[in-house]
Amino acid sequence: MKELIKKLVEAHGPSGDEEQVRALIEEVIRGKVDQVRTDALGNLIALRRGTGGGKRVMVAAHMDEIGVVVTHVDKKGFLRVAPVGGVRPLTMVGDRVRFANGTIGVLGREKWLRVSTLPTWDQLFLDVGATSPDDVPVGVGDVASFVRPFTDLAAEPAAELHLRHKGTGKRLVSKAMDDRIGCAVAIHALMQMDASPNDVYFCFSAQEEVGTRGAVVAAFGVEPEVGLAIDVTDTGDTPEAHPMAVELGGGPAIKVMDSEMITPPSIKRWMIEAAESLGIDYQLEVLERGGTDARAIQRSRAGVPTGCLSIPCRYVHTPSEMVDYGDVQAAVRLLTELMSKEIDL
Amino acid sequence: MLLRELSEARGVSGNEGPVRDIILEAVGDLVDEHRVDAMGNLICLKKGRRQSSEQAWPRKVMIAAHLDEVGLIVTGINGDGTLRFDKVGGIDDRILLSKQVLVGQEALPGVIGYRPIHLIPRKERERVADPKKLAIDIGAADKSDAEKLVQPGNYVSFRTAFQVLDEEGLRTVKGKAFDDRVGCAMLVELLKEDYAFDLYAAFTAQEELGLRGARVAAYAINPDVAFVHEGTVCDDLPKKKDLSPVTELGKGPAITFMDRSVITDRRLVKLLVTTAEKLGIPYQFKRVVSGGTDAGAIHLTREGVPSVVVSVPSRYIHAPVSLLSLSDFDYTVKLMRAALHTLEGGLES
Repeated sequence: MKELIKKLVEAHGPSGDEEQVRALIEEVIRGKVDQVRTDALGNLIALRRGTGGGKRVMVAAHMDEIGVVVTHVDKKGFLRVAPVGGVRPLTMVGDRVRFANGTIGVLGREKWLRVSTLPTWDQLFLDVGATSPDDVPVGVGDVASFVRPFTDLAAEPAAELHLRHKGTGKRLVSKAMDDRIGCAVAIHALMQMDASPNDVYFCFSAQEEVGTRGAVVAAFGVEPEVGLAIDVTDTGDTPEAHPMAVELGGGPAIKVMDSEMITPPSIKRWMIEAAESLGIDYQLEVLERGGTDARAIQRSRAGVPTGCLSIPCRYVHTPSEMVDYGDVQAAVRLLTELMSKEIDL
Repeated sequence: MLLRELSEARGVSGNEGPVRDIILEAVGDLVDEHRVDAMGNLICLKKGRRQSSEQAWPRKVMIAAHLDEVGLIVTGINGDGTLRFDKVGGIDDRILLSKQVLVGQEALPGVIGYRPIHLIPRKERERVADPKKLAIDIGAADKSDAEKLVQPGNYVSFRTAFQVLDEEGLRTVKGKAFDDRVGCAMLVELLKEDYAFDLYAAFTAQEELGLRGARVAAYAINPDVAFVHEGTVCDDLPKKKDLSPVTELGKGPAITFMDRSVITDRRLVKLLVTTAEKLGIPYQFKRVVSGGTDAGAIHLTREGVPSVVVSVPSRYIHAPVSLLSLSDFDYTVKLMRAALHTLEGGLES
């Protein structure tokens, strides 16, 4: 599974530019689904048809990641950029980004007036190594994602030691764990599912980071009876973190509420009972700030009972997002179970 | 000139009737069907040449521009006969002082009065006047006098005469509400041609309050593709830094790749760019990702609609006087006509 995760997280796919991720997923799931299509907004929607008598279910994991978009090329070949999704200047200075055509750029900032202040977007620029506008290989409107490779911390020597002594050390880190890890979980569940009564639409959604836009139209098209988003959530387990009762390694989280939706009790029960029947450790999640595709599915048409299976993730929306491999594997088992059995809410 | 009539018509959000009437008159013979929906959108259909039995995509193309403009609304009448008001749509408080306005259906002239400089202490001059403390003076003697003429809920628009500033060169004109009467004028021009597909021109209501009209218009039309036309931000006055303006006057139609409300369809952006380059039409990108347009509502309709925004750069929008170049207008119409004809053969990915 790590190999797939590596491929997914390292692919380029800021909101609206999900093509590479979509092609990758399409190739992996080809032959494993009964129907696959790409809709007008770029959502990849794959159907695993059921044996009958079950429900029409929509599982959503978003393909897009945060990034930057070029707004201006100046006379010396420096680029000005604007954020795509919730990117913050705090993490940007000195960072590198990559465009779809492979062009790499370094984010610099104008002179520091006060070292203690954060730059605004207006004060940041992108240096692609050009000396004039004529040798800039990208243009206004092109988008770039962070450059950070997939790193398996469990494979590093230090972690090996840690593993021997404490029995942990299963962390994976990369850019775009949000939400390629959700895509990886959905893909694995799709492959592992046996015969199920349910028609399951695996929706790899576009443009989640700019307002769950892909899921809005995908849900309208699928018209599901039950919805489930697979996305990352914050944790409260780092030094002086904002209090939150979710930690890495504690198992997948079952969302109770975030700032954009409340999970119906019937959905919570359904998810909790499945986790308990499998003997999987799970956590209940209340996220004070943030939302997922679940909000879009829930409000589609006349309303859809919808939940969210969350993968705990540290440093969300920075270039280094960290998850626990045990949580990821447990999420696959739980999702497979949820999709395989008759759903009685 | 239709743009003159549209610019001088009064249509603050929720009260688009006068603008709609002018357009109805202008499109009379050009369209096969038209209707006004529950929100006040005017939806016109020009049927395509193609037989409905033919297999082709797109079948339905939506072009949209909004009827409404930013303005004010009367919220009450003061004892002295002046009118309290609230803003309708995004208006900078600093532009309100001393502006001439027209009030209600009868278009009563009024002014957002303020004390002359002689009576304003220096400190107060450095602050922006609180719009809650401003009032519109229509010359009424007292409250009962004003009540005969005005009621709370009456709409107030800026009073600005349309004028051609420059016959040659950029052919600049000034007027109010170019956001988005210039888009409305464009739609009328686009309706003058025949296309293979059904062309739906939606003149939408209440865009300035949150894309409200376009949402329901797009649901009803259920288009395959949508183009939104706007009079967009133009800030091409000299800058201190080497930073590009959002758009520049005289540099042709402005294509949006992304704003707060939409990431536009890549294929449609490519269609516009290649069409412009092929025909030698100047074009520019809108180089800021703020603001929103009807495309924000349209592209999320039903199962999703590939959408793009093509705008005429307009200086000083959301204020009493805006300014645009008729050359930009002509180029935008030319680009869109050519792009729509290319679209008859489908859309390259």
